[in-house]
Amino acid sequence: MTKRHLEPLLWLLFSGGGVIAAVFLPILIVLFGLAIPLGWVQPDYNHLHAVVTYWLTRLVFLGLVVLMLFHWAHRFRYTLHDGLQLAKLETPIAVLCYGGAVVGSIAALVIVLTL
Amino acid sequence: MSAPTTYRQPISRLWWLKKRTYFMFVLRELSSVFVAWFAVFLMIMVVAIGRGEAAYQNFLNWAASPVVVVVNIVALAFAVLHTVTWFALTPQAMVVRFGGRQVPAMTTVRVAGRQVPAATVVRVGGRVPAGLVIASQYAGLIVVSAFIAWLVLL
Repeated sequence: MTKRHLEPLLWLLFSGGGVIAAVFLPILIVLFGLAIPLGWVQPDYNHLHAVVTYWLTRLVFLGLVVLMLFHWAHRFRYTLHDGLQLAKLETPIAVLCYGGAVVGSIAALVIVLTL
Repeated sequence: MSAPTTYRQPISRLWWLKKRTYFMFVLRELSSVFVAWFAVFLMIMVVAIGRGEAAYQNFLNWAASPVVVVVNIVALAFAVLHTVTWFALTPQAMVVRFGGRQVPAMTTVRVAGRQVPAATVVRVGGRVPAGLVIASQYAGLIVVSAFIAWLVLL
């Protein structure tokens, strides 16, 4: 069972991630998910490398990824819980969702520190 | 937690297929899956950029494969759905203070002959309609998007 006093923090992470995803995600998907892989625009590798490894970009990247993962964890938990009426699986669902977000956040931290 | 003793009417697992509004609600909630997908995608990309030009080229080849492109097109559609619905909800989630006291979320006020939730009318030295709150968020979205495009492409 999830500890009730964690609920406000999880909601805050969900909400923060929601704002971040709403503002940043469309342009990020257009650029990195479509325009660059499909060759519509071809930014220079050295320029991209310089932008990505800059300390402020690393910090923003870490913040974005962590918030977006916890946004997913919280929302998806309730999507499974209510959408599929899986109230009996409350604990495993919560462990899977938040656990996934924690693992992903640690991965993002390692990436940022070893870049 | 003890088992509830009150009777609960069983709800079908497919309740969200019964009405268009329910279905839209579930689509909106499912947008989170694509938020997580793209967080992972960004991590893969940053690792590739960090490893060197050859690794970056491998990443681009993978990202240009049909399956990944289709997933990203679907992800973009869900991201837009998330943005539109999130911005539309913000005025309702804002804390409204009137005369130094917080107005309960369910309070309604009469504006232009219509009964609307108090939270959609924010008091900032006068009345700011919900439309302005939503418009300012889109302005923020445009500024952020333009900045990222400039940073990456120029």
